[in-house]
Amino acid sequence: MDLFLHQVLAGVATGSIYACLALAIVMIYQTINHLNFAQGEMAMFSTFVAWQLMQWGAPYWLAFAGTAAFSFVAGIAIERALFRPIHNAPVLSHVVVFIALFAILNSLAGFIWDYNVKSFPTPFGSRSLFGDGLMSSHDAGMMGVTLAMLVLLYVFFRHTRIGLAMRAAAANPQSARLSGIRVGWMIALGWGMAAAIGAVAGVMIAPVVFLDPNMMNSILVYGFAGAVVGGLISPGGAVLGGFAVGVIENLAGTFIPYVGRELKLTIALFIIVVVLTVKPSGLFGRTVVTRV
Amino acid sequence: MKQPLKFDLTQASAKTVAGLSIKAWSRAAVIAGVFLALLLPLAIKGFLVFQLTLALIYAVAILGLNLLTGFNGQFSLGHSAFYGIGAYTAAILMDQADVAYYWTVPAAGAACFIVGFLFGLPALRLEGLYLALATFALAIAMPQLLKSTPLEPWTGGVQGIVILKPDAPFGLPLNSDQWLYYFTILTAALMYAGAVNLVRSRTGRAIIAIRDNPIAASAMGVDVALYKSLTFGVSALYTGVAGALGAIAVQFVAPDSFTFNLAIALFVGLVIGGVGSIPGTLLGGLFILFVPNIAEEVSKGLAQAVYGVILIAVIYLMPSGAAGFIRLIVGRVARSWT
Amino acid sequence: MRNDQHWMTVAAALAIAAVAANPAAAQKKYDPGANDSEIKVGNIMPYSGPASAYGEIGKTQAAYFRKVNAEGGVNGRKINFISYDDGYSPPKTVEQARKLVESDEVLLIFQSLGTAHNTAIQRYMNAKKVPQLFVATGATKWNDPQHFPWTMGWQPNYQSEARIYAEYLLKNQPQGKIGVLYQNDDYGKDYLKGLKDRLNGKMRTVAEVPYETTDPTVDSQVINLKASGADIVFNVATPKFAAQAIKKIAELGWKPIHLLNNVSNSVGSVLKPAGFDNAKGVLTTAYLKDPTDPTWKDDPAYKKWSAFMDKYYPDGDKTSTFTVYGYLVAQTLVAVLKQSGDNLTRENVMKQAASLKNLELDMLLPGSRINTGPNDFAPIKQMQMERFNGERWELFGPLMSGEVGG
Repeated sequence: MDLFLHQVLAGVATGSIYACLALAIVMIYQTINHLNFAQGEMAMFSTFVAWQLMQWGAPYWLAFAGTAAFSFVAGIAIERALFRPIHNAPVLSHVVVFIALFAILNSLAGFIWDYNVKSFPTPFGSRSLFGDGLMSSHDAGMMGVTLAMLVLLYVFFRHTRIGLAMRAAAANPQSARLSGIRVGWMIALGWGMAAAIGAVAGVMIAPVVFLDPNMMNSILVYGFAGAVVGGLISPGGAVLGGFAVGVIENLAGTFIPYVGRELKLTIALFIIVVVLTVKPSGLFGRTVVTRV
Repeated sequence: MKQPLKFDLTQASAKTVAGLSIKAWSRAAVIAGVFLALLLPLAIKGFLVFQLTLALIYAVAILGLNLLTGFNGQFSLGHSAFYGIGAYTAAILMDQADVAYYWTVPAAGAACFIVGFLFGLPALRLEGLYLALATFALAIAMPQLLKSTPLEPWTGGVQGIVILKPDAPFGLPLNSDQWLYYFTILTAALMYAGAVNLVRSRTGRAIIAIRDNPIAASAMGVDVALYKSLTFGVSALYTGVAGALGAIAVQFVAPDSFTFNLAIALFVGLVIGGVGSIPGTLLGGLFILFVPNIAEEVSKGLAQAVYGVILIAVIYLMPSGAAGFIRLIVGRVARSWT
Repeated sequence: MRNDQHWMTVAAALAIAAVAANPAAAQKKYDPGANDSEIKVGNIMPYSGPASAYGEIGKTQAAYFRKVNAEGGVNGRKINFISYDDGYSPPKTVEQARKLVESDEVLLIFQSLGTAHNTAIQRYMNAKKVPQLFVATGATKWNDPQHFPWTMGWQPNYQSEARIYAEYLLKNQPQGKIGVLYQNDDYGKDYLKGLKDRLNGKMRTVAEVPYETTDPTVDSQVINLKASGADIVFNVATPKFAAQAIKKIAELGWKPIHLLNNVSNSVGSVLKPAGFDNAKGVLTTAYLKDPTDPTWKDDPAYKKWSAFMDKYYPDGDKTSTFTVYGYLVAQTLVAVLKQSGDNLTRENVMKQAASLKNLELDMLLPGSRINTGPNDFAPIKQMQMERFNGERWELFGPLMSGEVGG
């Protein structure tokens, strides 16, 4: 029982890593209806920027704010420069550009900062909460930040005019344009916000998994899984999905005999596929009915 | 009135350039290409023959993906798994059951057809991105499964399986590289002919109809579920055949050879070559084999970044892939000459 | 006249003697890749992809060869180091190996990295009779001159290292319960095998917990290890995961005997991120000098290496043992090439590689020597155990020789 509890809490802790990134993924999806495969790399790059700022002497919170701002601007820039020119191209071509962005960011980060593992500071300390190391203070802090972002996003979308405009632009670009909303800039804004959220995610994740150009590769997989399980349109669902993936993965690895440990990721993904088969729009998603 | 930018093939085929119709010119080009392909290995170094063989193998793999994604509209990020299954089928048969290499290729195809079909069944319920995730899960799972301890006695686990390249039969004066090249061309020709036939047949039209408008197709009496699963199976078959050929060419299979990076490469090849274009897959295969090498020549440290930049440039230049672009160019040239 | 004849005879005799004593000087023998002015050396490294951290090794070697060339080359010939990326994918390794041998026509391939990757090209290299020299993997299978006379490893292999740990445990903690954290691939499994083979049932492993490189953290695995009741941990993880494990063990308030594998014992790259306090008491083996260890601060060998890095590879990471590793292997190759003199055939290069006697390289541990023979394709066999005291590694015990081959 003790082991079970321990694994669940550890799963929640790792799950908060996935949840953080899943938020950024859902953010982008809500804006452009595509999955951004380069989301992890953007987050990783931002984290390196934060690291570099701290190497140059900036205190943690200044570096954090600076990085979030930089990422916001960079996200908008990437959308305007890379994706706007091809917005009429087929979806699959967009995916190739995502792949290209991934390759460029990964290679650039490795070139500038090399591939050795670096440690990254945490503002929450590494104390052990609840005694016996069931959860560390950083893990708790990370969860807190994730939930705070979630609340901020909710407030933004539901209670601000710009949030409303973004939702309109994503739901029905034609009508939104007719209502005077600058759809193009809403999309850019969405990118900027997703990039900033990703940066926060990266800065939260790096103290646990250590900073290197490949740090986000596997987390991206789990982040996608969490986002999809949650339904891709619901930030709250994404966060819950992230936690779920973390816990399932840990429990599978511990309690499924023989193959559980080797096939943890497979089992987690398999469970997700099963969920999707039963509920194709994800746990909290809405089924879209189209008229023919 | 502005001339439409899109080139109208039917209009052009009536025109002639230097006495021959466009159709005749394209036939001539294909025949010349085939001749070149057949004579090439006798003139170039063994290593280049090996690379061209691999490019052709990737082209067949991309053709498989194209059947599913290009013609049937089912988005797959998991074809590296089928490639891997095909490769391991061939390797295990050759290594443990002493089966001759030419039998392993259809065996791999058959095995992959079954797996693809079985995967296609539950995948029916998934659309677009959700299907992408499911296939993505398959791609990630494959190396893990291949490494796993229960399967180790067959797969050799992380160490992989080493196999031998066959020599030319009947004492032909070809080295094993050249022989494998011809064997691959023969197999590829069969596969391509099959694909063209499939696409032009009633089944093919049904498959394309499902991509364009599944509801209308179903209203017209097409058994959408059956066709979608079958297409999955056939697509897996093609990629599995390519995998088997790939195993023989490289003479080695290991779990690390069939990671998600391969699925991405196949996908890139598909889009660059032209989604929904059968000849485009040849260009796609050549692209994913040679362009990373070119990128490495340009910059050792930033090879991946250069590759990314090339990808973006290609997409900007040819948003619908190379095949569509070539058609456009040919059309423009033909129009300016007549 | 008699005097002239006499002198001519003496002169002739001397001339003949001179030629007889130095037959090599009179004949130069070359295989493809070598000529009067250069020696082409091929190399394949993962500069991209999941293992790109190891690319540092190739870059260090390139820098070292630049240094050698700047100082006149080897026997007057420049080393042309051609290094390609395989993205850690075996089919790409095969393609690059064929490119190096058939298109670039190198004399030998040196330090290709990865066990599966070297397995993929092993048969080809031996069939083509091209040296596959000093492969960059510690797998035990590379010491097999009977079956693969053209393939040679360099670093102490994993099983030999594991034997040393096993012997330490048998001597110091024979009643202990062992928990193993290992990477689920050839590297991890090789270590596990070496440990269990040497323990031979006299001690048990109560938990063997694998992890995949795709796992973001190994926290879950460490929790399982602790729950198994183990009081000894054998940490067979690559740098990032080893650091995570050390950190998590400390966070759990657990203090087992911690044996850390050699691949991940860098002070700068592993212990620092893990936390020096958390790493206190960790044991490992070493065969080279860790550049971040203050023990070597005033050591002339360290200073020489540091100067080399500053001049020829200023972007290199001086806290990573990868750079020392690359430096040492490059030096070994240069020694082999020097020993080959003007007979730069592949066969002779292989022969010289198999005849290294007491070669001393100053960044190896004091007293350590490289030795090879026609039946001994393991250049480095000697390792010493060390313990981390919170600031630096402290060597203890004798320089030991693990001996496992095949």
